[in-house]
Amino acid sequence: MQMPRILRQLMHRRIVMASAVVLLVIAVLALGAPWFASIDPNDTAVLQRLKGPSAEHLMGTDELGRDIYSRIVHGARYSLAIAALTALGSVLAGTLLGLVAGFFRRLDAPLMRVVDAMMSFPDILLAIALVAILGPSLVNVVLALVLVYTPRVARVVRASTLVVRELLFVEAVRALGVRTSRILWRHILPNLMSPILVQVSFIFAYAILAEAGLSFLGVGVPPEIPTWGTMVAGGQQYAHDAFWVVLFPGLAIIFTALSLQLLGDGVRDLLDPKLKKAL
Amino acid sequence: MDAPRLAVHHLSTSFPTEGGLVRSVADVSFSIAPGKTTALVGESGSGKSVTSLTLMRLLAKTANAQVSGEARFVTREGRSVDLLQIGEREMRALRGNQLSMIFQEPMTSLNPVFTVGEQIAESVRLHKGLDRSAALAHAKRMLELVEIPAADRRLHEYPHQLSGGMRQRVMIALAMACDPTLLIADEPTTALDVTIQAQILELMRRLQRETGMSILFITHNLGVVAHHADDVVVLYAGRVVESAPVRPLFAAPAHPYTQGLLACLPGKARQPGQPRPARLFAIRGQVSSPLAPPPGCAFEPRCDQAIAACRHAIPELLVNGSSREARCIRVTPVAISEAA
Repeated sequence: MQMPRILRQLMHRRIVMASAVVLLVIAVLALGAPWFASIDPNDTAVLQRLKGPSAEHLMGTDELGRDIYSRIVHGARYSLAIAALTALGSVLAGTLLGLVAGFFRRLDAPLMRVVDAMMSFPDILLAIALVAILGPSLVNVVLALVLVYTPRVARVVRASTLVVRELLFVEAVRALGVRTSRILWRHILPNLMSPILVQVSFIFAYAILAEAGLSFLGVGVPPEIPTWGTMVAGGQQYAHDAFWVVLFPGLAIIFTALSLQLLGDGVRDLLDPKLKKAL
Repeated sequence: MDAPRLAVHHLSTSFPTEGGLVRSVADVSFSIAPGKTTALVGESGSGKSVTSLTLMRLLAKTANAQVSGEARFVTREGRSVDLLQIGEREMRALRGNQLSMIFQEPMTSLNPVFTVGEQIAESVRLHKGLDRSAALAHAKRMLELVEIPAADRRLHEYPHQLSGGMRQRVMIALAMACDPTLLIADEPTTALDVTIQAQILELMRRLQRETGMSILFITHNLGVVAHHADDVVVLYAGRVVESAPVRPLFAAPAHPYTQGLLACLPGKARQPGQPRPARLFAIRGQVSSPLAPPPGCAFEPRCDQAIAACRHAIPELLVNGSSREARCIRVTPVAISEAA
């Protein structure tokens, strides 16, 4: 419906376009990892350890002689999957919570106090505690991050729901005999899509950083799974002699997170004026 | 005369507040005959909108409104139901279907993210069970009925692409989509400019002639009342102070408040033979606080004709045989009948 117009406007912004291209490249690399990086990311070759970038190993090798380029490309699958699942999970849960808290006044205070309590912990600390309790694994990292970011989404969605709920059209559709559940899903939720979309892109970026942080601290994904975070974590003690061990995965993290943030900013800037006009 | 389509008896709505119980609507009774228009007139805070929201059962649950009285509505099937007593499910089936409502603000009464066609179609699908394409076709007919040009194109437009007058037409189309027998119009023209007001009112009149629906018209605009209502109920501080058919009311208002309201109209200030109109009449003072109503007549503090007895008790509605009533002890039934 309106999407083509928004897409066209996005095209006009160079930074947004550049970010989108970067993300697209990373996504394509991740999806086609076996074709783009033919060397097995877990192939160790002790004699080849900590070799600098060369024609054979584009980004050099790590402390076990594994190809860093291959590990970054294959690691993108894990890093992006973790971030995507986190964004999806926390946006679904947060939207549900925020919508209910914003719409039903009786549930507002109890739900928001729980959210406040969760938000009063520093993000990474809460995630560390949760992973420590659940045990380090891919699924548990996603679970922990979803729990960390859900309150953030809930807050934003609740605030927007409070605004939309008071608009006269809600009373007008009630006067047409529409039931409450339908009002929530069909009439209020679509009006919240812009803030929700913006949250998706930001949480995606946060989750990439958080996963890297958790892995770096040793409470994230088990080290044998190549994610960008585990690569930086594993390589840190060799960084003096072999900068490429941490540089390239670090760059992958920075580029991806930065692109996501910029894309999110761009989307927000585009959607905000429309939101104001619509209200 | 037919039995009234809606008969409201002793309707009261109160809200508990921190300062005490506020009686927004107190002991209000009126009725609307099929195909007729009853106007509910009063200033801000007189209880007009609360009355309509009470009848539609749209008051927020969190307001903890205490409602009493009876509102007998005769359904299309000829059944008489009390709108204040029936279950939520039955009420939902009536809303938008047999009873609909138009709101004051056409700017915000439509959902900004759906096309107007989708919004009209939703109501039709809900109550008439039509499928998507049949509902859209019906929506288009409704837009044509409310005289929106290029209905085909407008059907697929979003509310922000329409002007205020257009949106109010869409709201009317939405309210009329299921052919209601009672339309509650809560200040439907207040937000529109005068020429558009006239068009919208004319449209509502035409639709009323064609469908035979009844209209409860809520307004503070006496000029509109004079042209479009059959019966008038004047509210002051939540109570009916006068009710009468429109002609006798305008010819000879019985209650001092109604007299004051009519004297405020610019047309009344112009004296024949004088080039410049005299200063406009104004009712002095302000509405008393709903938390501390005067013991006697609510209008007594502002009334030029008040006597000591006015302060003792709230006057009864004095009924006269010819369907006129006024809540003022200085108006005797004889005086009303003479005036009429």
